[in-house]
Formats: sequence, structure tokens, C-alpha cells
Amino acid sequence: MLDNATEGYVTADGRQIGPVVMEMKGITLRFGGVEAIRGISFDIREGEIRAIIGPNGAGKSSMLNVISGFYHPQEGEVFYRGVKRPPMKPYMVARQGIARTFQNIALFEGMSVLDNVMTGRLNHMKVGLLGQALWWGKAEAEEVKNRAKAEEVIDFLGIQAIRKTPVGRLPYGLKKRVELARALAAEPQILLLDEPMAGMNVEEKEDMSRFILDVNDEFGTTIVLIEHDMGVVMDLSDRVVVMDYGKKIGDGTPEEVRNNQEVIDAYLGVSHD
Amino acid sequence: MPEQLVFAMEVTLNGLMTGVMYSLVALGFVLIFKASGIFNYAQGVMALFAAMTLVGIQDGRVPFSHVINAIFGTHIYDFGWEVPALLAILLTVIVMIIFALLVQRFVFKHLVGQEPIILFMATIGLAYFLEGVSDLMWGSEIRNMDVGLPQGINDWIDVTTLEIFGYGFFIDNLDLAATLIAAILVMGLIAYSQYTKNGRAMRAVADDHQAALSVGISLNYVWILVWSLAGIVALVAGVMWGSKSGVQFSLSLIALKALPVLMLGGFTSIPGAIVGGMIIGVGEALFEFAIGPMIGGATENWFAYVLALLFLVFRPQGLFGEKIIERV
Ligand SMILES: Nc1ncnc2c1ncn2[C@@H]1O[C@H](COP(=O)(O)OP(=O)(O)O)[C@@H](O)[C@H]1O
Ligand SMILES: [Mg+2]
Repeated sequence: MLDNATEGYVTADGRQIGPVVMEMKGITLRFGGVEAIRGISFDIREGEIRAIIGPNGAGKSSMLNVISGFYHPQEGEVFYRGVKRPPMKPYMVARQGIARTFQNIALFEGMSVLDNVMTGRLNHMKVGLLGQALWWGKAEAEEVKNRAKAEEVIDFLGIQAIRKTPVGRLPYGLKKRVELARALAAEPQILLLDEPMAGMNVEEKEDMSRFILDVNDEFGTTIVLIEHDMGVVMDLSDRVVVMDYGKKIGDGTPEEVRNNQEVIDAYLGVSHD
Repeated sequence: MPEQLVFAMEVTLNGLMTGVMYSLVALGFVLIFKASGIFNYAQGVMALFAAMTLVGIQDGRVPFSHVINAIFGTHIYDFGWEVPALLAILLTVIVMIIFALLVQRFVFKHLVGQEPIILFMATIGLAYFLEGVSDLMWGSEIRNMDVGLPQGINDWIDVTTLEIFGYGFFIDNLDLAATLIAAILVMGLIAYSQYTKNGRAMRAVADDHQAALSVGISLNYVWILVWSLAGIVALVAGVMWGSKSGVQFSLSLIALKALPVLMLGGFTSIPGAIVGGMIIGVGEALFEFAIGPMIGGATENWFAYVLALLFLVFRPQGLFGEKIIERV
């Protein structure tokens, strides 16, 4: 059983998990008559890998969209670093240090891999329109610095070979990786990943799992992970929220969730890929 | 060299320069369409409005003087000063940016996610509204535009070609200046979109709205930016055309010249707009030169469309084949 300490704890593999960084309270989200999320509350701790699982249509993506500001719940509150967050546009959430990937991949198809990753740096570019025109030297220095960071991320994810390739030409698995690279380039405090391994083969899945662990380990990035594959989730995550039909039916460590009868009935009984 | 060929060369050169102007107008359309999927019918009227504003400021005319005088019973028309061209251009740029802000704030902000046809209709409304505002602000008389661009035949070209071909080309200095300025503007825009933070944001929004949002780009901001840039492009086009044939309503019809360019070059391609403009400019000039006299002339009015339509039949995606953006 997890302690309720606000200070955090140390995991079995020695990673420091901090206090709660984000808290969802009584979130309800409706699309017309459809209740995609029904009164869900849970929290996310600094530095942990927090998984959200559940069958198709359970409302997982919707929850991620609420966190990232793409959807605005009819009821409930989001607390970020102890402060209640007003309804925010997605770009404002991104500027608060929350980066994300999409279930259906949203890349800039017409741009090269490097350019895509560079867009992740936009929030770190300070010199504006006039500055760029009047103060070329400074703008250039900044470009060089951001470029270096982008290249670093590209190296980290092992996609140097495709740096200059237009993203539209890449196979699915690589696209997923580029999308992760773009999110990482933003040096986010919280990283939201919507089914990063969906549609991948075993080898690609293993690679992606390792990247997720490395990111969390090396940069201490908090990660919220939606995943379909139960095995992957059990390996990666510190804590798991289980959703079904928009409701939360389980919340705890992978072992706790695995042994929760309601979860077994609702989720494990349902066939999934 | 045969005489006809020499004439054709002169015609080609002139056509090329006219073509660059078409490119400039087309570019205004492309900027907005790429970033927001809006086909801006008002682009031509924006050029008229910008030119009117520039001339009005230069001459020290009081904006909305008729309205002011009607309400307060006054008789003010002029401030009694003249504003230097450069300062007036700067002020006009500011006016165009304010226009962009207002358009986004009061029109398109409320139409996010609407069908393209609705957005298009909104720009038609905008065009007529802006035309009215332009009239109210500055009156509807024909004005002379003089921002100090050189005019008249270029002697150097005249003399040089006379030596080489035994026939002096008539190339107008104004056309040369316009071509040069348009070229600088186009290169500046390309550099801007490639290398600046805002330019990157613009390209990102043009490519994928969701992805752009997720990396922290405000769509609203980028849309204001592209409308501002389109306003500046309109101003430059307005100055060129205005210097040539006066600032009057017909200036807004230059937009019609941009349509075949867009059909040729694609609605989302900056290189397409540039090359498309040149092809149309040269094509229509050569056609008028070669075929015009046989069929009674004035082919410039329709030839560009025929050329563009032919092109559409064989290459529907335009010159550079960028696919037409599907809006979600
Ligand atoms: N933009 C939307 N408009 C209408 N309904 C939506 C939208 N997004 C999600 N839904 C609905 O909300 C429910 C949950 O969907 P989703 O969050 O995508 O589930 P999951 O990611 O767990 O598969 C589904 O019934 C889905 O149809
Ligand atoms: Mg989903």
C-alpha cells in the first residue's frame, strides 16, 4: 500500500518520487449525451510513471486531453503544483512545461525530423520579432543553443540517420519516436504519452519502453502513460489508474491493481491487443 | 537577330516584371490560406485600403473627416502638414496590423472550426465592409501615389539594348523598382518563415493545428501574424499598382490577377505563387504580343484564366504539387 506522505518516497529500484504535482478532482466530461469521464479523481506525483489503462472507449485519451487543455471538463478541478488551474488553452498548458504525444500522431508532416524537433524548442526561444531583426547575433546564438538541444534529443532517441527526412515519409514506428523527440525537446516537467507503443512490433515496443524509462530516470521527468498492453504497463509504471466506461475502477501499484477483483472483471476479461 | 524576336524579348521582360507583381498579390492569399485555410477574398480591397491610407497620411488628410464634419458641424479636412513617405509607410503598416488584430478579434476568432465556405463568405463580407470603411475614412476620389519611386524609361537599358540589337527596349524604372522591391519582400518572407521563431510557428500552424497547440503555439497569435503580413504585402502591392495607375477602386481588382496565379501555383505554395506569377505575366504578355493583334487584342483580361484552367486539367495539384490542405 502506498503511503500518504506528501513528501514522497523512494521506489524499489531507488528512484526518488516527489510530492503530488498534479491533482484531478471530480472530473466529469461530457460530449452531448456521452459521459466520457465520470467524476474521476486521482493524483500524479513528481518523478513517477503514472499509467492510465482501460479498455477502448474507457475515456483514457479524454483524460489526457483534459490534462493538456484540449478538452475542458464540465465539472471538476485540476490542481497544478497546489494551485487550482483555470480553464486553459492547450498552448498555455504546453508553456507551463507539460508536453504530450497523440494517440493518432500529430506531427508536422511537411517538415523534416529536425524541424519537427525544433518546434519543441519554440517555448525556449525568447528573442522575438524585433529582436531577431535588430539583434542578429543574439538570435543566432539562441538558434545555435536550441539546435544543440534538439540534436541532443535526436541522439538520445537514436534517430540521427533520419534527421533530414520529411516526416511524412517515415514508417509508423519511427513517427511515434519523432513525436516523442519533439515532446522531449521541450524539456517538459510532465510528459503525457497517449499509447506510445500502439501498433508497434515487439522490438519497437522494447525500444520505446527503454526510452520512457531512460527519460524518467535521467531527467526525472514525470510521465503519464496511457497504454493498452497490460504487460508493458506492469513493467513500467509506479502507479496505475484503471478506467472503464468513464469511471475509475482501480488506482494503485501494478500489484494492487492486478489483484483488484473489479479490475479483473472489467478490464482483464475484455480482449485487447 | 530578327526584329520580331527582339520585340518578343522586350515583351518577355516586361511580362516578367508584371508577373512579379502578380506573385506579390498571390503571396498575400497564400500566407493566410496556408495558416488558416481561409481564402481571403478581401486581399484586393486590403491593397486598396492600404494604398488609400498611405496617401491619406502622406497628404495629412483627416480620416473620417466627412463623418466628423457631419456630426460636429465642423469643416476640417486637412491637418495642414505633409508626412514624409517613409514615416507614412510605417504608420500604414501599423494601421494594417491593427486591422489584422480587429479582423481576428471580431470575425475569425468566432468562426474557428467553421466550414471553409463560411470562412470564405466572411471574407466577402469583410471585403465590402473594408471598401466602405476606406471610403468613409479617405473618400473615394482618385489619388496620386508618390512615395519617391523612380519613373519613366530606363536610359541605361534603352541605350545598351540599342547598341546590341539596334532597338532600344522600353523598360519603365517603376517596373524595375517594383520588381526589385517585390523580390526583396519575397526573399525576406521566406527567410522569416524559415529562420525566426514566429516563422517556425507559422509553418507549424500551416502544417497541423493540433500539433502546433501541443508545442505551445497560440493559433490566435499566428493568425494575427499572417493577417498582418498579408496586410503588409497588400500595402506593397498597393504602392506598386497605385504608383503606376493611381489609387482608385480598380486597384482592388488586382486580386483577380492573383487567382489564375493561385490556380497555377497552388494555394499553399510560396514558390508556386512566385513562379506562377512569372509564368502568367510572361504568358499573357507574349500571347497578347503574338496572337492579340490577330483577334483584336485585349487578351490580357482572359488569357491568364485560360492558361490556369488548362494547367488545372493537367496538373490539378498546381506547379509544385503540394496537396490541398484538408481542414479538420
Ligand atoms: N471529441 C469527441 N467528441 C465526441 N465524443 C468523444 C470525443 N472524444 C472522445 N469521445 C468519446 O468519449 C469516449 C471516450 O473516448 P476516449 O477518451 O478516446 O477513450 P479511450 O482513449 O480510453 O479509448 C468515447 O465514447 C468517445 O467516443
Ligand atoms: Mg485513446
